[in-house]
Amino acid sequence: MALLEVENVHTYYGNIHALKGVSLTVNEGEIVTLIGANGAGKSTMLKTISGLLRPREGTIRLAGEEMSHYKAHEIVGKGVVQVPEGRKIFGRLTVTENLEMGAFSKVDGAAIAEDMQRVFALFPRLKERRHQLGGTLSGGEQQMLATGRGLMARPRVLLMDEPSMGLAPILVQSIFATLQQLHRAGTTILLVEQNARIALQVADRGYVIQTGEVILSDTAENLRRNEMVRKAYLGIS
Amino acid sequence: MLRRALERFNVSDLSLYVVGAPIIALIVVGSFATLRAGHYTTRQWFDFIIFGLAQGSIYALIALGYTLVYGILRMINFAHSEVFMSGAYAGFFVASALSRSKFLDSNPVVGLLVIFAVAILTSVGVAVLLERIAYRPLRRAPRLVPLITAIGASFFLQYTVRGLFGSQFKTYPTVAILGGTWTLGANFVIQRIQVLVIVAAALLMFGLYSFVQRTKTGKAMRAVSEDKDVAALMGIDVDAIIVRTFVLGAALAGAAGVLYSLMFRQAQFFMGFIPGIKAFTAAVLGGIGNVPGAMLGGVFLGLFESVGPTLFLDGLKVPAPYQLKDVIAFTMLVLVLVFRPTGILGERLARAKA
Ligand SMILES: Nc1ncnc2c1ncn2[C@@H]1O[C@H](COP(=O)(O)OP(=O)(O)OP(=O)(O)O)[C@@H](O)[C@H]1O
Ligand SMILES: [Mg+2]
Repeated sequence: MALLEVENVHTYYGNIHALKGVSLTVNEGEIVTLIGANGAGKSTMLKTISGLLRPREGTIRLAGEEMSHYKAHEIVGKGVVQVPEGRKIFGRLTVTENLEMGAFSKVDGAAIAEDMQRVFALFPRLKERRHQLGGTLSGGEQQMLATGRGLMARPRVLLMDEPSMGLAPILVQSIFATLQQLHRAGTTILLVEQNARIALQVADRGYVIQTGEVILSDTAENLRRNEMVRKAYLGIS
Repeated sequence: MLRRALERFNVSDLSLYVVGAPIIALIVVGSFATLRAGHYTTRQWFDFIIFGLAQGSIYALIALGYTLVYGILRMINFAHSEVFMSGAYAGFFVASALSRSKFLDSNPVVGLLVIFAVAILTSVGVAVLLERIAYRPLRRAPRLVPLITAIGASFFLQYTVRGLFGSQFKTYPTVAILGGTWTLGANFVIQRIQVLVIVAAALLMFGLYSFVQRTKTGKAMRAVSEDKDVAALMGIDVDAIIVRTFVLGAALAGAAGVLYSLMFRQAQFFMGFIPGIKAFTAAVLGGIGNVPGAMLGGVFLGLFESVGPTLFLDGLKVPAPYQLKDVIAFTMLVLVLVFRPTGILGERLARAKA
């Protein structure tokens, strides 16, 4: 049984049918990527998994347990944690306070302090800036903070929405190196990306989504070789 | 730089400055004339200042309720003045019962604490019901809808109290230990009740500020006020945090209700209206959504209202200047909004969230 199972999910914005029966699975310890163009429905998928949007049809299960009736904050408590698109850090909270918010569902103070040290070890930059307001950080630092904040919830599944967005290539490399590091430590990740090239380098498997439907799914290696993917998403003819 | 400044400066701004500048000139000229004439003694000015501080502390406590709810829901809770009134009213019943049984004379401190506790609980109860029944179902509605509902709820509460307890003024019993005055130094005299109001308000505001800055709930309140969806992605139960925000604002309003009634010795169904509007003004003055801003705005407005009429107008030979204190208060609101639309401490909040 897969850790996260999405089955035949339909999500609407009013009358707009944004997800048209999407199914995907993520196994324990895997990095799975969901790639697709602008407006394909990638963020909608993650918001539906996180409970910010309700699917009109379909099921979402975590380790076999049906999730779609839980509220967004309860889903975090279950271990499904999202690092949203555009980072969305709290600009008027300090770096430390942002990390504390990430651990909001946790009650054990000692464990929270330990997790914070772990995040600081992963991103020493954040430790230097821990008293600064989130809004004063650079884009790369904000991505580190958003990722660290997600880790503070000790995710069973980490949902990452376009971590590469708006970052210089060198920062993209470093963020993805961090993802691989987390992967080696056993974290399960569902990675949404427009940058298919880098996503398929780190992922084990991938799904290609187009106007709300999964049109292709395979191992990352096969997707890298796939003719259509090469043309449409990797820009190789 | 210069070009940006010029672009920002348009005709409507100019006309506002044309209105604002003479008023400021009038204030300056009037103040000089009054001080030069010297009709008022230092002691009288001292009285004005202390009264202004006491009145302003009460405005500040109420203003915090407006600002907290605005910060988190971007909504003006117009029924907040009735949350204040409910506390004052509940306090009245407890106070008169305790006074009749002589408990208030034998154990004044305990008695006062009981009055405050009941008032605060009543205000909190009213606010929680309001949020649950009137506002929560409208969370996703256009912004005008909860605003109109709030005004409706305000009338509903006023006329419920009027229907239940009548429209006459209820006289608060006297509390012996709060009567009388203290004399400071040469001949400065200060009423004990004013000391209680100022000290209690200062402690409550310090408590609130620490709560918002340091506790987990306080931090979550700030997170929710920045972005509800992202707060939910942190595992924060947004609805629960909203309820706690109403609770905090209402507790302060309930305490303010008792302080107000102890100072002015009365309670009535319509008593929330004027202090409510003034406190709302104070919240806007300080920068709505901003906690220290509401405190500062309240105290500032109280002082301005108390000292202003005499200081600005007496020297200009305006008769009975004190009658004009509301005009002065609202003129100042207009001035602040002209020259600093975001309020005194408004940061870029108003623009960023608009
Ligand atoms: N709040 C909304 N209201 C209405 N339609 C929306 C809303 N959010 C997204 N959509 C529509 O749903 C579709 C899927 O959007 P979504 O944000 O999931 O795309 P995406 O794959 O994440 O794109 P991007 O790569 O640009 O982030 C798009 O057609 C979009 O216009
Ligand atoms: Mg997206």
